[in-house]
Amino acid sequence: MAELLSGTDLSLLRGERCLFEGLNFALSAGELLLVQGPNGSGKTCLLRSIAGLTGLETGYISWQGVPTERDRQSFSAEVVWMAHRVGFKGDLTLIENLRFETGLRSATLGGIDEILARLGISRLTELPLRCLSAGQQRRVALARMLISDARLWLMDEPFTNLDAAGQTLVVDLISEHLAKDGACVMAAHRELEISVPVQRIQLQ
Amino acid sequence: MNSDEAKIPGLWHGLRSIVRRDLLLAWKRPGDMLNPLFFFAMVSALFPLAVGPSAEQLAISGPGVLWVAALLAALLSLNSLFLNDYEDGSLDQIILSPQPLPLLALGKSVSHWLVSGLPLVIVSPLVAMTFRMPVETVGVLMVTLVFGTISLSLLGSIGAALTVGLNRGNALLSLLILPLAMPVLIFGARTVSLAAADDAVAAGIYFLAAYCMLAITFAPFAAAAALKISNE
Repeated sequence: MAELLSGTDLSLLRGERCLFEGLNFALSAGELLLVQGPNGSGKTCLLRSIAGLTGLETGYISWQGVPTERDRQSFSAEVVWMAHRVGFKGDLTLIENLRFETGLRSATLGGIDEILARLGISRLTELPLRCLSAGQQRRVALARMLISDARLWLMDEPFTNLDAAGQTLVVDLISEHLAKDGACVMAAHRELEISVPVQRIQLQ
Repeated sequence: MNSDEAKIPGLWHGLRSIVRRDLLLAWKRPGDMLNPLFFFAMVSALFPLAVGPSAEQLAISGPGVLWVAALLAALLSLNSLFLNDYEDGSLDQIILSPQPLPLLALGKSVSHWLVSGLPLVIVSPLVAMTFRMPVETVGVLMVTLVFGTISLSLLGSIGAALTVGLNRGNALLSLLILPLAMPVLIFGARTVSLAAADDAVAAGIYFLAAYCMLAITFAPFAAAAALKISNE
């Protein structure tokens, strides 16, 4: 299978510290890339540089064989990003926030009712987002990934704040996404039980 | 899901979404919108009380005071232009979107102007009354303020984008913006003064309109580049 996302000779410095150096990976459709390491080892930085939010010291990221620097737009169209901060407006309701997403990237609110029901947040559509608990806000961030048809999911510690059922749900959603020829890069500090091909990067 | 060209929403749809979102946010939090407006109204209303009610004196100082108040009111509201988005992570999502970032920066400026610049233009005739400004001069004041506030919203977006990652970037923001805002202030205040003296005003208005066009053309690109740097 052709490789979807690859990184060549990546290195990143933060101040005096070298977070990683000469890092290579190649991810095919249907695969999960698990970035592991202790706190402060540069997991988030690696994810941000894959997304293109942070510049790399050396190396480049390729999407379907094309360096992302050369064709930023078609890469961005295929990426959806879930970070520590959910990136929603606390004053707006869930639907208002998700409607904004449809203006930003290729996404549709067509099947929104089923998605919200599955995530267990369909009762919360009328509330401003800041009234939701941290875990519920993470579930709304999952809804952002589900309404978009991006192929690459970048998830930074997706299990944070989620209860046991929520964590299982995340694993299920990732498996389904990968089964549909998607790919996922995830930063996590804990081990993960998932029945899909997993590649690992261990950061020190 | 297919591997060929994903369906990116159109540019117009993207611009509309971000303007609508920001207007909705302003509507739910009216305090942010009213603050600069109150500032503008207070400064302009207190000034005649302080210098005395003499008509000649007010006619001379009126245009300058109104314009300085308008400029400071615009600066007051600019700091928060990208700050909220930066703090809650929305800025990451905006930068990562396949929509061109200059377009989204333009959208932020448009909604900033609709929320802070336009109300200022609308209340300016009322405020001008405290300076006993004749009706024809008020018309000129409004026209110059329209072009001036649009320019300030756009130029301000560059400064706001540059200082978004800094703590207490407000003072720096003002310093960065002031040199760019000087022509707006000079031509704006001077054109109103000329109108008050029954002189020709077209040249000043043309200059402000040209400056405004220049800002619309270049500021979104500069702001987008600055946002990428600040958000690293």
